[in-house]
Amino acid sequence: MDTTDGNQDKSEERLLSAASLKTFMMKASTESNLNLYDHLTCLLIKVMDEQPQNVVDVIEDMSRDVKQVCFEDNRSTLRDLPQTTAAELLAEQQRLLFSQPEETDQEEELMETPLPNVSEIGFYMEQAGVGLGREEMQRVFLALKQLVDSQALLCCRLWGKILGTESSYIVAEAEYREGEEEQSTEEVAEEEERKADVRENEMDPLPHSTYKALPAVPKEALGTGANKFLYYVCKEPGLPWVKLPSVSPAQITAARLIRKFFTGRLDTTVVSYPPFPGNEANYLRAQIARISAGTQVSPQGFFQAGEEEGDEEDEAPRDSYEMNPDFEGVAVAEMAESLSTWVHHVQHILQQGRCTWVNLAVKPGEDSNEEGEAEEKEEEPDEPEPEVGPPLLTPLSQDAEMFNTPPWTSKVSSTLTSQHAVAVLRSNLWPGAHAYACGKKFENIYVGWGLKHAGEGYIPAVPPLAQREYPSGPDITEALDPSVEEEQVLKEALEEQQADKEEMEDSDEQEEEDDD
Amino acid sequence: MDSNSLYYSLELVAGSGSTLNVEQRTALQTSLVILKKNYKFRRVLFWGKILGLKEDYFIAQGRGEDEMQDKKTLYSFNCMDWLLLPPATDSMIEEVSKSAKGRFVGDPSYVYEHFEIRRQGGRDDALQKEEIKVNEESRLAVTVHQIDKEASVVPRGAFIKSPHGLVQVNRSFGGLSHAEAGKLDNFFHFSEAKNLKKKSILEMSDLNPAIDFLDVLSDDIPKGSWSLQLECASRVLVLRSLLWLGLTFYHVPMTPQHGYIYIGDGTKNLDLPFML
Repeated sequence: MDTTDGNQDKSEERLLSAASLKTFMMKASTESNLNLYDHLTCLLIKVMDEQPQNVVDVIEDMSRDVKQVCFEDNRSTLRDLPQTTAAELLAEQQRLLFSQPEETDQEEELMETPLPNVSEIGFYMEQAGVGLGREEMQRVFLALKQLVDSQALLCCRLWGKILGTESSYIVAEAEYREGEEEQSTEEVAEEEERKADVRENEMDPLPHSTYKALPAVPKEALGTGANKFLYYVCKEPGLPWVKLPSVSPAQITAARLIRKFFTGRLDTTVVSYPPFPGNEANYLRAQIARISAGTQVSPQGFFQAGEEEGDEEDEAPRDSYEMNPDFEGVAVAEMAESLSTWVHHVQHILQQGRCTWVNLAVKPGEDSNEEGEAEEKEEEPDEPEPEVGPPLLTPLSQDAEMFNTPPWTSKVSSTLTSQHAVAVLRSNLWPGAHAYACGKKFENIYVGWGLKHAGEGYIPAVPPLAQREYPSGPDITEALDPSVEEEQVLKEALEEQQADKEEMEDSDEQEEEDDD
Repeated sequence: MDSNSLYYSLELVAGSGSTLNVEQRTALQTSLVILKKNYKFRRVLFWGKILGLKEDYFIAQGRGEDEMQDKKTLYSFNCMDWLLLPPATDSMIEEVSKSAKGRFVGDPSYVYEHFEIRRQGGRDDALQKEEIKVNEESRLAVTVHQIDKEASVVPRGAFIKSPHGLVQVNRSFGGLSHAEAGKLDNFFHFSEAKNLKKKSILEMSDLNPAIDFLDVLSDDIPKGSWSLQLECASRVLVLRSLLWLGLTFYHVPMTPQHGYIYIGDGTKNLDLPFML
């Protein structure tokens, strides 16, 4: 009996301690909200399921795995946020490029279209080792079509691409149409100035600067000189095209002095020394004008000088040309051999920042070209020497050499099948500018950073000397203090003078008395 | 870029403006296979093109077992006949940096001359004229070496370093995710690490020694010497070096495809600090 009781007691005791241990083990941790009992159960189930070898050696790792699974399970209840990638957003934009046009008239198709055949250009460009990639070229083609349709342009051309640090610009060149007006930015600036004046009147007048800026060189009218063409840019084919503002001579001269990368955002300010007047859109436009003037070339004979000039004014540079209907094409080998078979067909930009020189000594108000030139002939004595650039359609062989590098490199696209090759011209002065010619066809394209070759290294302009604070004169220059002797000498001299004066006065009075 | 995926890769880096024409591409497909066999390379990369005034140099690189150490560079004018470039030594680098100026000409035997005037013992009359002559072939070797050192790029995880120090292609590299690909931290210079030893222990603790054995692009000085963009309908990540204009790297996120090519005039953009 005793023994059975004792056994019962012991087993009860055991049960009790087991129960207490179980409750202890089932106590949830305050940190992870797990308990040991469940954990061990899971662990043993895992061991039974997997039956790994040498369980005892890896039990710690398995225990950690079990805990990790719990943790991951918890995390997976978070819902996944679908991430929109840039590709998806762009694809939505570019979908519009591929939309089918609604019924086009057959007649219209037969007419000459302003849309260039970019695929063909792309093919020749690829022969020349330039290009944007075939697919990209096709997208650009469609984007150009969109531009031509939306803006009703007369003539349009793919000018090229300018790389930026954040995104790139695809540039399209369009012919200026008569009657198209642009709200000139100068007017806006003037208005702003007026507003500023009003504000100044209200406030305490501040000391005015006596600095007078040099008279600004007037902008060239739309459709002439550096503003001959309009330019549209877009970041990616499918995104909207933005028209660039026209360029002013000040912007061109400032762009010549600075060396900056494009960022890819048109509205950023150009932080540079010397300061650039305008934002990146203006800078882009100025660089496009400079690149066009330097690198737009065509085979000799493709264009001929316009008929209306050459009679009255010989010195006035030619500014128009027309297509030569009799152009037969130059042999490819010859074009690759000599630079004299290529000519510039965009006007050279003068030091002044304009294609046609304007006399700044002439009073403002008469800034139209003809009047300026008419006045030139009157030969004022302090007349500045008019600048004359090389005339239009000058052969490339006359281009100046800079930094000991020839300005152009020419070659044939293929050495193995040279019968069907194209002649390729690469500019060394504007890295990225290319031209090809093949039979009667030719094209220019620029793909690059929009920067000119700078030779050994770019040297930024030095700031001008500081202006003097005040004009120096005798009243403000410091003199040495006189010594005692000097003072006395001066005193005596003054006294003598005084005495003389008195005498004089006396005599004067006497004379006056005599007169009376 | 790997010669096996040359056609595809060229299309992706074409956004920089330079490509190869069909004749050159097909010639490369043939000649690089022969090159690989003759020199017993593990793989051959088409490295790029250096534009000369008269001729262009096409450059290929063969890789051996160790991707970083066993490199051989070859050049060609017609994409068919390849010539081995000498390895760039320190003395060669010094001589080239002193004398070679301006653009490449396109003739490997062209000699650049440079006169160095040294004053001896402080006396004015003891001027010693020293002439340094460097041919264009060694200039080419040095330029390729420098571009590789300063501007070669690989995505993080594309190469692994074994405990024995062997650097090899990581076969299990699956590409960076779209979010990762937008950060410069996930791209490495594929050259001997220099900044890694300067890092503090705290920064080092996050790094995986098998993968993070190279320098990160985001540590480059000046900041902003890389332009990171999405191209080809925003599917491809393109990195352009602003220090070596003409170097373009591409990586298609979520795929192991990556590579770089240099098509440029072989001069370093020393004006970079002014241009940012």
